[in-house]
Amino acid sequence: MRWETVIGLEVHTELSTESKIFCGCTTAFGGEPNTHVCPVCAGMPGTLPILNRAVVERALRAGLALNCKITQNCKFDRKSYFYPDLPKAYQVSQLYAPICRGGHMEIEVNGEKKIIGIRQIHMEEDAGKLVHDPKSGGTLMDYNRGGIPLLEIVSQPDFRSGAEVIAYLEKLRETLLYLGVSDCKMQEGSLRADVNLSVRPIGGEMGVRTEMKNLNSFKAIGRAIEYESARQIEILENGGYVIQETRRWDDDAGESYGMRSKENAQDYRYFPEPDLLPIEISDEWLDSVRESLPELAHRKRERYMRDYGLSGHEVSVLTGHKNISDLFEDISKQSRNPLESARLVTGEIMRLLNVTNTLPEELSPDGRKLAVLVELLSARKINRNAYKEAVEAVFTDNAEPEAYIAQKGLMMLSDDNAVSEAAGAVLADNPDAAADYRAGKEKAFGFLMGQTMRKLGKAGDPDTVKKILKEMLDNQEGA
Amino acid sequence: MFNLNALELSSLIRERKLGAAEAVNAFTGAAEKSGNPYNTFITVSKEYALERAKAVQARIDAGETISPLAGVPVALKDNISTSGIPTTCASKMHDGYIPVFSAEVVDKLERAGMIIIGKLNMDEFAMGGSSETGAFGPVLNPWDTSRVAGGSSGGSAAAVAGREAPLTLGTDTGGSIRQPCSFCGVTGIKPTYGAVSRYGAVAYASSLDQIGPIGKNIDDCAALLSVISGPDAKDSTCFIDKPFVFGDARENLNGVRIGLPRNYFAAGIEEDVRHNVTAAAKELEAAGAIIGEFDMPLMDYMVPVFYIIACAEASSNLSRYDGLKYGYRSAAAKTLSEVYRLSRSEGFGLEVKRRIMLGSFVLSSGYYDAYYKKALQIRALIKEEYNRLFERFDMILSPVSPTSAYKIGENIDDPMKMYMGDIYTVSVNLAGLPAAVFPCGFDRLGLPVGVQLIGNAFSEAKLIEAARVYQRRTDYHTKTPGGEAK
Repeated sequence: MRWETVIGLEVHTELSTESKIFCGCTTAFGGEPNTHVCPVCAGMPGTLPILNRAVVERALRAGLALNCKITQNCKFDRKSYFYPDLPKAYQVSQLYAPICRGGHMEIEVNGEKKIIGIRQIHMEEDAGKLVHDPKSGGTLMDYNRGGIPLLEIVSQPDFRSGAEVIAYLEKLRETLLYLGVSDCKMQEGSLRADVNLSVRPIGGEMGVRTEMKNLNSFKAIGRAIEYESARQIEILENGGYVIQETRRWDDDAGESYGMRSKENAQDYRYFPEPDLLPIEISDEWLDSVRESLPELAHRKRERYMRDYGLSGHEVSVLTGHKNISDLFEDISKQSRNPLESARLVTGEIMRLLNVTNTLPEELSPDGRKLAVLVELLSARKINRNAYKEAVEAVFTDNAEPEAYIAQKGLMMLSDDNAVSEAAGAVLADNPDAAADYRAGKEKAFGFLMGQTMRKLGKAGDPDTVKKILKEMLDNQEGA
Repeated sequence: MFNLNALELSSLIRERKLGAAEAVNAFTGAAEKSGNPYNTFITVSKEYALERAKAVQARIDAGETISPLAGVPVALKDNISTSGIPTTCASKMHDGYIPVFSAEVVDKLERAGMIIIGKLNMDEFAMGGSSETGAFGPVLNPWDTSRVAGGSSGGSAAAVAGREAPLTLGTDTGGSIRQPCSFCGVTGIKPTYGAVSRYGAVAYASSLDQIGPIGKNIDDCAALLSVISGPDAKDSTCFIDKPFVFGDARENLNGVRIGLPRNYFAAGIEEDVRHNVTAAAKELEAAGAIIGEFDMPLMDYMVPVFYIIACAEASSNLSRYDGLKYGYRSAAAKTLSEVYRLSRSEGFGLEVKRRIMLGSFVLSSGYYDAYYKKALQIRALIKEEYNRLFERFDMILSPVSPTSAYKIGENIDDPMKMYMGDIYTVSVNLAGLPAAVFPCGFDRLGLPVGVQLIGNAFSEAKLIEAARVYQRRTDYHTKTPGGEAK
């Protein structure tokens, strides 16, 4: 029998707000345990939540970008279960009226396009973290993460392979980054995906699904899908049946194990959160968010190719991270030279990020300064070597480009006398090469050119040198 | 001093005829010396109060006008959080718990220069109608110490009746301010939902709870309500835009339309209660009010709907007591699930556990639609009915409780009977409305009987004016257990 894998995803993403969803505590990653905590996010008796408007704003951005219908009168609900990481023993989430419903996103796998449905997006608070204490052998609680805002993005069961899942996650991650909704750092847990997977004979009835948790990288997700799909097929082919359960992926072991089955399923006793009023999202608010939406990566890619005639490779490097494309557009706009700006960002800037081990999210060079250098280069005021040196100085030391060039004497010599002098000296020192050139050996000109440029240092303008050197050689020949 | 009204006390303090510390010493000293005769105080915060008194006195001495209640001692129901002072909710579950923050009302009291002298006994987590369910034993009714003070704010009402505090705060989820006021012969206000911040009041049922004042007369209560009302950025359900300011305009009630729910006076009400409440309506009529009778719709649904919603919210609000972070933890617990199970089994009392079970049941999958959702729908109908009634009437006059104070232990094993005692009060909370309660007579045993005036949302001023006119024409509110005041 031929089997088909059916996958749906629940993606949790931490929002990049300054403060938590229901209190003023910071959302900064790390910190000593229980230092980013107040009575509200610690769930002390008598405390009440106050909704952070920035969370709603970001949820709206994500929902609009993912083509969702916005619930303009949305509500929070309480989801109850006992676990030490949940200080109130209920999580404030959304069940009955989530903020977004019914969206979709297009993905592309091996050149084939596919639409993935998005069932809903809702806002909720994160739980704390349990920490094993090696000293006591016990378990300690750290509530720093408790109350950090999350979006849960629930897809339709539209995936048929791990490759589709990865393509979706990559595009979703890119989109959320571009929207400024989340920093999507998987290693810090700000993007997490749970995989719901079942198998069925191709075109047959939907099978029993399992839910896989603890997937900490795209690679792990790919491996877990492969493993789970094979596991279920093997069970079914041996005449068994799949149990509906939650499974935990162990990436080191490369296998998963069951955590709880449906028989032990939690009854979350959802009911409307009485401490928060329904959120009224006015048309004006929605319109202003819609107008503020940035251009997303796939639109940028189309535009860069169309308007600037950039290559596919350049375009994909430029749109790989929002900070990169922002920098490119900034330089491009200020220098009015998109081609040279693209060359700068895809070349020198990427090289510098690489050698300095800088992540795109840490990218901070001043677009204005780089634009000045692009202009100087295109106006033939500096040569390419000087340009590279100055770019590096701006990138690493935030140097002022004009001052740096002046101080290092990088401005090209437009003084023909200086060039003539240097060229004359080179010709005098290398009569053989000059003779070779006159004898028709073009290669010898390159050597003389190089010698002259070296004499002039970074201030040499290759075009001027070439012109004067040629004149001198031709004149000497004529003389 | 003990028989003075709060406003009289404050004018003595303001005129520097009485020191703020003197007042604190008098009230806390009495509580200490007489050995807590009504079992009202769980904590007397004398040291803290004296410190506050000193600071307030310095400001008064400097000629500063702080507020009309500056320097007046006040005691709080022990479910209102006080930073650094134990807040027990009369529960073993709060064993050793000392809040690290204060309720918003506490901050407002302190800004007004009022001095908190202690924390008052109650039903455990405000769940009960007799102040018998708490971990510190029952509150005794100052009019007859063999009887209950009512609940759940029994300590707050009894402390005022017993002259142990000039003013107190209670909380009212389904009648918890009004019924004990009625049982103890004192005056109180259950404010409109959203008029007073709930921040720091340990939640019983979030959509129903309100903090309100209890005092000897309506003017004291109005002054205290002005202090504690007003917006709070920490409570999104507190949607009042500015604190109440109450005038003193009306001499009579000419033209005020008061509705009388005929069916409230039919079955199940004690004859003496019916008689006294009816007489109160006549008194208001004599003061100029126009009395009109009507039948209150949905009466049979009020108590069940209230208990479904209140218990559902309570089961969730009390789930945070897991034995891990604060409060009681069972010494016998060895595993995580034992910490949960044993701490909660041992820490909560019977009535609280009953309500958690009931609330968990109505929220569980398969029952949510049949119970909780239905209850929300009927709640919406009750609100609509009140809206319609307030097109015809300015306020509604009703009994507070079908009975006067009963014997301690009489109803404690009969929860259904206890719950039915809330029949006249719970719909006010379900609709989020304000109500003023004040004494209107005595039954044949000499026990006080109260009456309530229910108004439309944020019509506290009207209710206070009507109660003031009534209290100027009668002297029930001046009676004290064991004799007349002054």
